[in-house]
Amino acid sequence: MGRRAGGTPYLRRVTNLLSSSDAAVSAQSEVDAEIAAAAASAVVGEPQPRLDYPPYRSSLLRHPTKDLQPANPEGIELWSPVFGEQDLDPVEADLTVQHSGEPLGERMKVTGRVLDGDGRPVRHQLVEVWQANAGGRYRHEKDQHPAPIDPNFSGVGRCLTDGEGRYAFTTIKPGPYPWRNHRNAWRPAHIHFSLFGTDLTQRLVTQMYFPGDPLFSLDPIYQSILDPNARERLVAAYDHDVTEAEWCTGYRWDIVLTGSQRTPLEEDT
Amino acid sequence: MSLAPTPGQTVGPFFSFAMVRDGCADLVSPAHPDAIVLHGQVYDGAGEPVPDALVELTRGGDDGWGRAATDDEGRYAFTTLSPVGSFFAITVFARGLLDRLFTRAYLPDAADDPFLGELAEDRQSTLVARADERGYAFDIRLQGDDETVFLAFPRD
Repeated sequence: MGRRAGGTPYLRRVTNLLSSSDAAVSAQSEVDAEIAAAAASAVVGEPQPRLDYPPYRSSLLRHPTKDLQPANPEGIELWSPVFGEQDLDPVEADLTVQHSGEPLGERMKVTGRVLDGDGRPVRHQLVEVWQANAGGRYRHEKDQHPAPIDPNFSGVGRCLTDGEGRYAFTTIKPGPYPWRNHRNAWRPAHIHFSLFGTDLTQRLVTQMYFPGDPLFSLDPIYQSILDPNARERLVAAYDHDVTEAEWCTGYRWDIVLTGSQRTPLEEDT
Repeated sequence: MSLAPTPGQTVGPFFSFAMVRDGCADLVSPAHPDAIVLHGQVYDGAGEPVPDALVELTRGGDDGWGRAATDDEGRYAFTTLSPVGSFFAITVFARGLLDRLFTRAYLPDAADDPFLGELAEDRQSTLVARADERGYAFDIRLQGDDETVFLAFPRD
């Protein structure tokens, strides 16, 4: 497989943009202008991120340029992997007790329900989370942000939803962190979530954010969802009823998958 | 009742420490008498390998699902049994990819599947794995002239 860079006009344009952005020389003001231009082109009913979103430089060569092919799900696409209690350890739902000491940071609980597009709870299904520590550092060998590793925090959790589709994690609030999309680029604090439904077409990986983050308007990943109402669905709500006295703050975040493509079973209704 | 879906977001660069566990790319033991290997590379629009993609494979049935991160050359590999039906279902995530993509890897003997017949002739081959000495090879091209066909389901 040889390089094809430099071939088409699109590739030449992208190569120019990337060669400048590799050194993160674009200023925030330039990215802001690109975000504003993309927002002005938003069309009604665009609830998912735009895959071709130039302000997020890494998307330039990694989005399909041809239309997605409409397909009716067949056979195994109407199936989803099922995970059981035997696959998980209950300690995986508490990211603050996985080491010999307690992690630094604001202890918090995040909980909510996983529903399908028809409002049915997604029961007994796997929820995976991962996140940076309170200083904004991931426990990943390639994260070079010069913030301290917390020896008492891995930032990885899993649980199964209950019979009502509820999930709950205890963790610490992640910090924002710098990245090299452009000069002085910072990601708003977030927790990554991975979700399964009852069929494969509902598969979702996304990020949960915290209310009122001053970095929202500056962040091309968050802004890649052009519909403001849609992107606000990624922001958890502070919930004082989830907060526990003398122990931790609480956030609530419900997740809605796309509609199941299967004919509902009686037990699903 | 119809609820608005939660939007997707990129898996980001730092997922493997959380999402990839020992053995998760082995749907069955490599010692299984019917085990085959499905492997390939993920490429970007400049033809460069994508070293931070996550590929999920579904064959259906028991032991029906697995997950593999790409290596520095963009390579992934699964040990699996043949799919239940004529194709493996594949989901692709990557840094730089703002939402997941769905595709299918048909086995060579399913190349006359009606769905493939709906595609432009020059794109059909992007969904057909080829037999090789390891099993089946299926490359994924996120962008470009030979871009893989990715799928949109009706309620997506």
